[in-house]
Amino acid sequence: MKQRLVVIGNGMAGARTVEEILARGGDFEITMFGDEPYGNYNRIMLSNVLAGVEDESGIFLNDLSWYADNGITLHTGTRIERIDRAARVVHAADGSTTPYDKLIIATGSRAFVPPIPGIHRPGRGYHQGVFAFRTLDDTRAMIRYAKEHERAVVIGGGLLGLEAARGLQNHLSHVTLVHAAGHLMNTQLNEVAGATLKATIEQRLGIEVVVDGMTTEILGKHAVTGVKLGDGRVIPCDVVVVAAGIRANSEMAAESGLAVDRGIVVDDQMRVEDDIYAVGECAQHRGEVYGLVAPLWDQAKVLADHLTGVNPYAEYQGSRIATKLKVAGVDVAAMGLKEPEHEDDESLTFTEPRKGVYKHVIIRDGRLVGATLVGDVRKYAFLMQAFDRGLALPEERAELMFDLGGPAGEVPVADMADDDQVCNCNGVSKGAICSTVQSGCRTVSGVMDKTRAGKGCGTCKPLVQRIVEWAAGGEVEEDPAASYYVPGVPMPKSELMNAIRLHELRSVSAVFAKLGGQEDAKSKMGLASLLKMMWGGDYVDERDARFINDRVHANIQRDGTFSVVPQMKGGVTTPAQLKRIAEVAEKHDVPMVKLTGGQRIDLLGVPKERLPEIWADLDMPSGWAYGKSFRTVKTCVGSDYCRFGVGDSTALGIALEERYQGVEGPGKMKLAVTGCPRNCAEAYVKDLGVVAIDGGKWEIYVGGAAGAHVRKGDLLTTVGSAAEVITLTGRFLEYYRQNANWLERTYAFVPRVGIDRVREVVVDDKDGIAADLDAAMDATVSTYRDPWKDRDEPATPGQFRTSLPLTVLPQVPVRA
Amino acid sequence: MTALGSIHDIPLGEGRTYAVDGRMVAVFRLRDGSLRATQAVCPHKGGPLADGQIDLRQVLCPMHLNAWDLTTGCSLSGQQDLTTYPVRLDDDQILLGE
Repeated sequence: MKQRLVVIGNGMAGARTVEEILARGGDFEITMFGDEPYGNYNRIMLSNVLAGVEDESGIFLNDLSWYADNGITLHTGTRIERIDRAARVVHAADGSTTPYDKLIIATGSRAFVPPIPGIHRPGRGYHQGVFAFRTLDDTRAMIRYAKEHERAVVIGGGLLGLEAARGLQNHLSHVTLVHAAGHLMNTQLNEVAGATLKATIEQRLGIEVVVDGMTTEILGKHAVTGVKLGDGRVIPCDVVVVAAGIRANSEMAAESGLAVDRGIVVDDQMRVEDDIYAVGECAQHRGEVYGLVAPLWDQAKVLADHLTGVNPYAEYQGSRIATKLKVAGVDVAAMGLKEPEHEDDESLTFTEPRKGVYKHVIIRDGRLVGATLVGDVRKYAFLMQAFDRGLALPEERAELMFDLGGPAGEVPVADMADDDQVCNCNGVSKGAICSTVQSGCRTVSGVMDKTRAGKGCGTCKPLVQRIVEWAAGGEVEEDPAASYYVPGVPMPKSELMNAIRLHELRSVSAVFAKLGGQEDAKSKMGLASLLKMMWGGDYVDERDARFINDRVHANIQRDGTFSVVPQMKGGVTTPAQLKRIAEVAEKHDVPMVKLTGGQRIDLLGVPKERLPEIWADLDMPSGWAYGKSFRTVKTCVGSDYCRFGVGDSTALGIALEERYQGVEGPGKMKLAVTGCPRNCAEAYVKDLGVVAIDGGKWEIYVGGAAGAHVRKGDLLTTVGSAAEVITLTGRFLEYYRQNANWLERTYAFVPRVGIDRVREVVVDDKDGIAADLDAAMDATVSTYRDPWKDRDEPATPGQFRTSLPLTVLPQVPVRA
Repeated sequence: MTALGSIHDIPLGEGRTYAVDGRMVAVFRLRDGSLRATQAVCPHKGGPLADGQIDLRQVLCPMHLNAWDLTTGCSLSGQQDLTTYPVRLDDDQILLGE
């Protein structure tokens, strides 16, 4: 027989937990009890209903048919009065009893109404004109009453109070907000942030705000006529809305003998005692009672994992609370600490009172421990990640508050039109992303897979993420695969490398067989790169694991032909070399000859079957302009000819390219050496750039980029000789190869790890692994073989056979 | 039914293109030894599908990494579906068509 699951509470926590259980295929006979006479609705949206921007019908999450479709017995308007733990039944107010095998308490919370004289009328409940703001019925009654009256006082300057004040403005002409504490939203914000918010709300919305205002009495004989404050002031009004916080609904649990403190006390599995669980605002976990929706989602998942046995050991570890809200039309975000606590906590503040902008971040030991944003929350996503994952912070601390040197300001997602193009590579509109989310795809990577948005150059990924978050209304699901090195093997890189070493997996198919279960085309290239780096000569090379570029050592073009870029170290060539290239281009009718950005010559439009012949005629080494590998070293003319040059950049560039040519890694590696800080070789924006400075010294910059993403590299160190540059280059590249995620360029890798940490390892050798890194790079360098030499015999049957259509589509025009 | 040649012309886990009656057909040799055949030209931008990477289920076009189910030809990334062809092995000969 199926186990009987009884859920007390049909609010967001109860219904969400049941949804999660169903999503895991949980097989229970489910009965739910709701106090309110409705299906399940989104309580957060009540302020929109009050403000008239949302229709009542729009806030329902599950209508009654959902319960029927899923075989759930729903009792609305039925209050559970007692749990009989010994008999394992619950008693309802209507006298009925319902047995359970598993019980979930999700009774939520209710408005806290302070004991102010005059707030109640004996035998009538609230005084005429007084309202709490908690349920749909509260909201309806409030709207009805407010429409016929003129002046409202809202008691409570927290989130709910502010929303109530804003909403009431739509129904009557004058709203005053009275807050007992010294500043608005004092739970989330510090004093300055609260004051900034107050100024904006008063000036922009015309809501009068009174802080330090203790309400001592509600006045009026038959109906409300005003409120009296502690200082004797009287504010005349005919409507009073109480939004002074919430209290957990835990009385029923307490009377049934369960452990209750400020909420029903649960362990890390959300368990109160055997077979009885609690989730949501009624639960107290590790001393915390949460009043926001995000922790509730986390709790529901853990409980569902546990109850369905999908993961019986799932643990809820508490939530790091970060909130981003539009409070009465003003953007507010807060996470972690409100104020510095220790003497050596770093704290940065930016205020622009005219615009109502306040930004404040708190840093401890190089990690973000608190942030507050009012009026401008564009950096929220970035700060949230840094806070949540404890990421290294940018050297330039101001980047925590502003986008420096990045693209121009972000457009709010809500302001974008549906047909606005988001992904300019694959032509995906905002509307297409939103409809994918609405069809049920709620992970950023899932939406990217379905629409291909963000799958081109990748610059729009943050925007895609914001749109998905917006469209999902804060219900974005974390994609576990986001941390995997490749999608088909469920492990982050370091774990994967350990497993590969442990099981001595030397081929891509062996990795799938041992660790992935199923072969996955999207994972092959990343695994091939990783295995080749780890095993070097002992790597078992399966050609099908290679991307076409790596199978034929050339870069595929839009018409299926290839580009051939011979090596030209440091961008230096000779007349003889140029003649040879010219002859080859003529002999093979190469449709386009083009100078590349990496100071080389590109022969474009070469059919696959001609590649070996062209390599033979050129008789030059491969320039690797096709791989996730070391590409070029761009140089300036340096000290030999340039009258400004202070270092021989050309010679050093050539030496670097000679040593590290063809080294493969998680992403492209583009380098440059420039002979003076005028930076003609653009070394500041390379994966690794070297700048000669006066005094025979060289600066090494890492993590720069000038592609779809533009970033100036971070100064790794300054050294006194070219030999040191060569050693540190190898060590940095090896560190990058071993630690970066697949396709993670240095411009993402360096800021993720933090330049200080990179310097500790690569320059200062704090971890004592410098010699190992050098040895690993030495081994790679010493086994290097030019792939264009392997041209006499194809590596596989038909390696260079054409895969082109008979008619070449689309035809690339030949330029005269 | 058309004989396309020896299975040994296609490396394990790769694809090769064949011209059959004026049509271009990409034949793939999966790592479990079985064969699949689809139209050779990517319906998105004309990419050569035989140059794509495959697994037991899908082929990825090398141009923009769109994916198709090799057996049904159904797009897995919002593109037009592919035409598929019956293909089988007789000894080591690849036979295309019913």
